[in-house]
Amino acid sequence: MSEKFVERMIKFYLPLFIFLFFLLFPFYWMFITAFKSDAELYNLKLNPFFIHEPTFKNILMLFKETLFNRWMFNTFFVAILATILSLSASLLAAYAIQRVRFRGSGPIGISIFFGYLVPPTILFIPLAAIIFQLKIWDSLWSLVLIYPTFLIPFCTWLLMGYFKSIPKEMEECAMIDGASRLRVFWQIVVPLALPGILSAGIFAFTLSWNEYLYALTFISTTTLKTAPVGLITELVRGDVYHWGPLMTGALLASVPVALVYSFFVEHYVAGMTGALKE
Amino acid sequence: MRISENIAIQPGKRPGRRWRWSGLLEDRTVMGMAFVAPAVGLLLLFLAYPLILGIWLGFTDTVVGGTGEFIGLANYISLLNDALFWKVTYYTFLYTGAAVFFKLLLGFALAIVLNREFRAKGFVRAIVLLPWIIPTVLSAICFWWLYDTTFSGITWVLMKIGLIGHKIDYLGDPTNARIALIVANVWRGIPFFTIGLLAGLQTINPSLYEAASIDGAGGWHRFRHVTLPLISPLLAVVTTFSTIWTFADFQLIWVITRGGPANATHLYGTLSFQRAIPGGQFGEGAAISAFILPVLMISVWVCYKYMRREE
Repeated sequence: MSEKFVERMIKFYLPLFIFLFFLLFPFYWMFITAFKSDAELYNLKLNPFFIHEPTFKNILMLFKETLFNRWMFNTFFVAILATILSLSASLLAAYAIQRVRFRGSGPIGISIFFGYLVPPTILFIPLAAIIFQLKIWDSLWSLVLIYPTFLIPFCTWLLMGYFKSIPKEMEECAMIDGASRLRVFWQIVVPLALPGILSAGIFAFTLSWNEYLYALTFISTTTLKTAPVGLITELVRGDVYHWGPLMTGALLASVPVALVYSFFVEHYVAGMTGALKE
Repeated sequence: MRISENIAIQPGKRPGRRWRWSGLLEDRTVMGMAFVAPAVGLLLLFLAYPLILGIWLGFTDTVVGGTGEFIGLANYISLLNDALFWKVTYYTFLYTGAAVFFKLLLGFALAIVLNREFRAKGFVRAIVLLPWIIPTVLSAICFWWLYDTTFSGITWVLMKIGLIGHKIDYLGDPTNARIALIVANVWRGIPFFTIGLLAGLQTINPSLYEAASIDGAGGWHRFRHVTLPLISPLLAVVTTFSTIWTFADFQLIWVITRGGPANATHLYGTLSFQRAIPGGQFGEGAAISAFILPVLMISVWVCYKYMRREE
């Protein structure tokens, strides 16, 4: 029995512990830095892995001397609107491609999926030119319109997989009873697909919350920046790094994503693996 | 199926204008087209059109806020004659190759470790995904501070246990900076491989392992002849996704080193941003981004092949 325990220790707990340590250590580092004063941060005599005198100065500075709450609001605004827009478009598209199966639905489905592979680093320059022409430069609306480029392919693909798993019988029965396709969609398909819609929505929200390149390129006014961009551009000025507030900001700006994630983790994992398998 | 459609097409009891509307939507093609229109419209305008516009811009001398002239291959010729561009090409491939290799290796290893029943499995799986879901920019800030020459916790530990006698310049030395960024990328990307592959491992029927064991197969043989063949299609897709994302990476590099020191850590993505946005050279920036296209096309091809086989 003890031999079995030793084997389990070496084959399972030890590697698991090493992996978890590697994956979680940066979060610990972020957390302790957020509660350290500058004097403590720059004192080489102290053990850097503990907080000796916890301070809330960093949080105060973040909220009083920067526009952090404004940036958080901007990020929310863009993430929510972009998610709603993408989810609505994707829900309709996924249903049409997977269930209505009209002529050309197959190639359209595959083309939408390939949209997900196109990286923003290829698109941001021409998009900047387009945004400029549309006169929505330096406006949050530019982000609301651009984020669907990566949200729609992802959500559509995820929802297509979900529709595949819903049995067709209920729809067919309703149609036999004389319900129109539109009514079948609203009253039967959408309620049945709610878990899938939730997974897609959570994913879309976190993806928009985390976006950086477009927000960095299209927004230049300080009050309009999103949290990731605002922190980097406003708290790092030349050679002056405000490590304490930077780390506090990084921690706080991760909280909404972490919260959404912790509540819906099963949906998240299902969404991720579902999208991969489909 | 056929019958239900025929019946559904009959307009039923709806009179007047609503009748005509819903009657139109009862047609498969009309309804299908109407439903995909918003998604396809947005993607054509903000994805397909920019993709083509980007290729065109690479052949022009467009600057920010202005219009440019067609200059043929001039951008590409000047890039290919620029030693800096070759340096960036070298690091882009090194970064992608090394990071994807280690993400695959470690991510797969962790998936195998997690592929068993144990207490708090759901909790551990949730924690493992954290580096992937937390905004990259924010974890990049953390790595940036962790790589500080004077105040790094890593240095502190290494000096305490006597492994090194002097401080390490993580981001000031070109080789160190290149390695440091690959480590940060691997850290962020492991969860994607782990969770994706774990889902695949869980679909493998345990009786296959039992049968292999009865035939005398050891751990390595079971992995080599049962696990690997069954998981290889998923492995290919996960690796392809990771490859295109890593090749076109921007955030980690731009936050931690901005391509420095001495341009040693620029990728195509960061160099193109630097030339186009702060530098204002849209044409040249677009030409640099265009070098990402071949890898994108290969990725699309691999995914397509895999999907065809699934059907």
